[in-house]
Amino acid sequence: MGQRIDVNHLNIYYGNFLAVEDVNINIEPNKVTAFIGPSGCGKSTVLRTLDRMHEIIPGAHVKGEVLLEGKNLYDKDVDPVSVRRDVGMVFQRPNPFPTMSIRENVLAGVRLNNRKISKSDADDLVEWALRGANLWNEVKDRLDNPGIGLSGGQQQRLCIARAVAVHPQVLLMDEPCSALDPISTLAVEDLIQELKGDYTIVIVTHNMQQAARIADYTAFFNLKAVGQPGHLEYFADTTTMFNNPQNEEAERYVSGRFG
Amino acid sequence: MMADLTQDPKASLAGAPVIDFDKFKPSRSFVASRKRKDMAMRVLISLAFVVACIPLVSVLWTTIANGVKRLNLNFLSYNMTGVVGGNPTPSGGYGGVFHAIIGTLEITGGAMIISIPIGLMCAVYLVEYAHGGKLAQTITLLVDVMSGIPSIVAGLFAFSMFTILIGPGSVNGFAGSVALSLLMLPTVVKSSEEMLKIVPGDLREASYALGVTKQRTITKIVLRTALPGIVSGCILAIARVIGETAPLIMTAGFIVSTNFNLFDGKMATLPVYVYQEYSTLYANCAPSAGPECVATIPMERSWAAALVLILIVLILNGIGRLVAKVFAVKSER
Amino acid sequence: MSSQDKTAVTMPAASGKTADKVFRWIAYACGILILVVLAAVFLFLLFRAWPLIGGDQAANSKTISDFTGGKATNFWAYVGPLLFGTVLVSALSLLISFFASIGIALFISHYAPKKLATALSYVVDLLAAIPSVIYGLWGGLILVPAIYPFWNWVATYLGWIPLFNGPAANPSRTVATVAVVLAVMILPIITSLSRDIFLQTPRLQEEAALALGATKWEMIKLAVIPFGKSGVVSASMLGLGRALGETMAVLMILSPGLTYSFKLLQASQNQTIAANIAAQYPEANDLGVSVLIGTGLVLFLITFVVNYVARRITEKKVA
Repeated sequence: MGQRIDVNHLNIYYGNFLAVEDVNINIEPNKVTAFIGPSGCGKSTVLRTLDRMHEIIPGAHVKGEVLLEGKNLYDKDVDPVSVRRDVGMVFQRPNPFPTMSIRENVLAGVRLNNRKISKSDADDLVEWALRGANLWNEVKDRLDNPGIGLSGGQQQRLCIARAVAVHPQVLLMDEPCSALDPISTLAVEDLIQELKGDYTIVIVTHNMQQAARIADYTAFFNLKAVGQPGHLEYFADTTTMFNNPQNEEAERYVSGRFG
Repeated sequence: MMADLTQDPKASLAGAPVIDFDKFKPSRSFVASRKRKDMAMRVLISLAFVVACIPLVSVLWTTIANGVKRLNLNFLSYNMTGVVGGNPTPSGGYGGVFHAIIGTLEITGGAMIISIPIGLMCAVYLVEYAHGGKLAQTITLLVDVMSGIPSIVAGLFAFSMFTILIGPGSVNGFAGSVALSLLMLPTVVKSSEEMLKIVPGDLREASYALGVTKQRTITKIVLRTALPGIVSGCILAIARVIGETAPLIMTAGFIVSTNFNLFDGKMATLPVYVYQEYSTLYANCAPSAGPECVATIPMERSWAAALVLILIVLILNGIGRLVAKVFAVKSER
Repeated sequence: MSSQDKTAVTMPAASGKTADKVFRWIAYACGILILVVLAAVFLFLLFRAWPLIGGDQAANSKTISDFTGGKATNFWAYVGPLLFGTVLVSALSLLISFFASIGIALFISHYAPKKLATALSYVVDLLAAIPSVIYGLWGGLILVPAIYPFWNWVATYLGWIPLFNGPAANPSRTVATVAVVLAVMILPIITSLSRDIFLQTPRLQEEAALALGATKWEMIKLAVIPFGKSGVVSASMLGLGRALGETMAVLMILSPGLTYSFKLLQASQNQTIAANIAAQYPEANDLGVSVLIGTGLVLFLITFVVNYVARRITEKKVA
């Protein structure tokens, strides 16, 4: 089952530079929450703080707290590596491991964590994850082919399968469709709708129609000027956001007048 | 105004000086001279190519032509013990390079074992951990300095180190390995660094996002993806040092018998063998000796050993390039 | 989705933190080791060469005068001619190979048909990998006798130029011959680096030049040469560095001497540092080795300067 995320007074820094300012947001379990906003507003940055991926960049740090089902991810005793097992992530460009077959890609999360896994367990897990990612029927006969040989949309669904195979509670998606053609995009969007039964999903998108189609809640991020920190401008359920936003900037943005 | 311009483009030129473009046309003779010059350079460049090819082809050709004369199984499977002057040995040959091949393999192997792990981990540090800090810049600079160390200085270093640490007169193959590893290390660091750098950052992120530790991400994803390039780089580095002569003369020395022990006693190597036989030039043949006594045998042995060496270098190069090509990790990027 | 039936896979308890730390530590140590190794090279050489600086100067003078047959008694008078010889031979070899290398590089990158160019590139790379002892062998046994008539001709007809003062030595174990062999040796190195740079010339610039009606040579002059200039210079410096440190080819061909002489065609005029070390080393006593190591440090210094200049030129271009 998905878990809820509560973000309280989160400030994100790169070195001394304040990138995103004072974010407060409650992300509901088993719902799809979309982050939208003009480029540079920090929506991807906020997403990456939810599984501590931003820490890969030297000097990046945060103040404030991110509570996953009440437990602060930034407590001293929390290992960022284990956070990333509870919170999965899918990236903008499909990035299957080029040295691995489709099957190995799905098992990568478990195998790389040094788990011995029996052949039958592995077979079950591969089928479960690929079915979960709506990819099983397309690849079941060629599981040992390289993952890099699939089409872009299939690769992205393989990456989703790889992420769910670790069995996270939350799935973060950073513009998962921006590198895909319309048909593949549709397949991934359908998959997101199915996945929300089991996971809490947070998706960053630059495509407002996509947010309107798939999200239950939408958060609009904005920045005052270039060089200024980004902030959360407005958060509402998707219907309100796109039909009757109670925020001037958000209204201007969703009606396509800037961004 | 804009509309006017689009209707009559010439209007904007009103008042501009009238140009007689015929004036700028190149004269016929000028065009011809340019053509001649182009042709002349074409000939000159092709000529430079042909002239430069003469010595290069000559090096290869003479080595092969002179080398095959004595290159046979007997030459490869015997050492130089029991070789007296230009006379044939009881085995029917005129001595061989078996001991030198063993020495070359062991000494180069030793250099590999020292320099590849250190060089690879140093590259890992530079690419994965250092993020271009002060220390990383210093290391990069020093690797450059190291790649400029003349091989004879590397030999002097290994010699000094072993005489100071172990005592004077300590000649062994391992000292040669140390000298060669010093020459190999910068090449290994540089090529591995290049290979690690071209592994897309996406793959590291994907692995971290699965909750994999940095160490496992590096060993199982980054190094695995870069493996063909790294292996190829290391093979080319080996090919570069396997022909080094000067440092081995000072450290490993030369003997006529086979020595399997890398850590004790002198060791013959192929390049040093080539040099030794070249310095000997002629073998003694008693006036009474029959036609089976060959006075020029040292030179012939030298050529044959040189051919063996060239073959080893060429094969290593071939394998290196093949590995890079065949096992290259296909990536869309 | 058969959702929760994957109980077989539970997450590992230990997250591999220790392995993480150990690995990081090893990588760091290997980085540091580079510093240590280079420091060790310096320290061991300095330590071994110490008697030369801090030891009994009378003994040093005696050793050096033994080496030189009484011509020099102090270190600088000893290393001077060696340094001169080293630079002379290397500079000559660079002079010979520079234009030929650029010619071949241009031939491969812009003139040869694609198939031929690939084959040639491969051959050049292979030649760059041939051990120097083989160039020495070839130089000593093939080139020395073969080139004598040519040097003799040069000495006869161009002998009025001091450089080519006759009579030409026979066998021609002279600086001129060594320079030719070194030129052949560094030619593939310079060629292969220059070719890589020429091939990187932006296509658009080449096409722009051609579209203006430039001939092929003019296009090369307009687009390729300006683009590749600094790269070619830096490649030549690397080739020069290689020639400076070359031991075997010199040792096997040159008949040595210790003078400041430009007489390229005469034997026993000059010697290089590297070849001198290899030649004197087997018979040198303890102090002798110190002296030789001293000359080795001087060699290290000049190759370092040359390599450093080469890197600076490339870096400037990137910046």
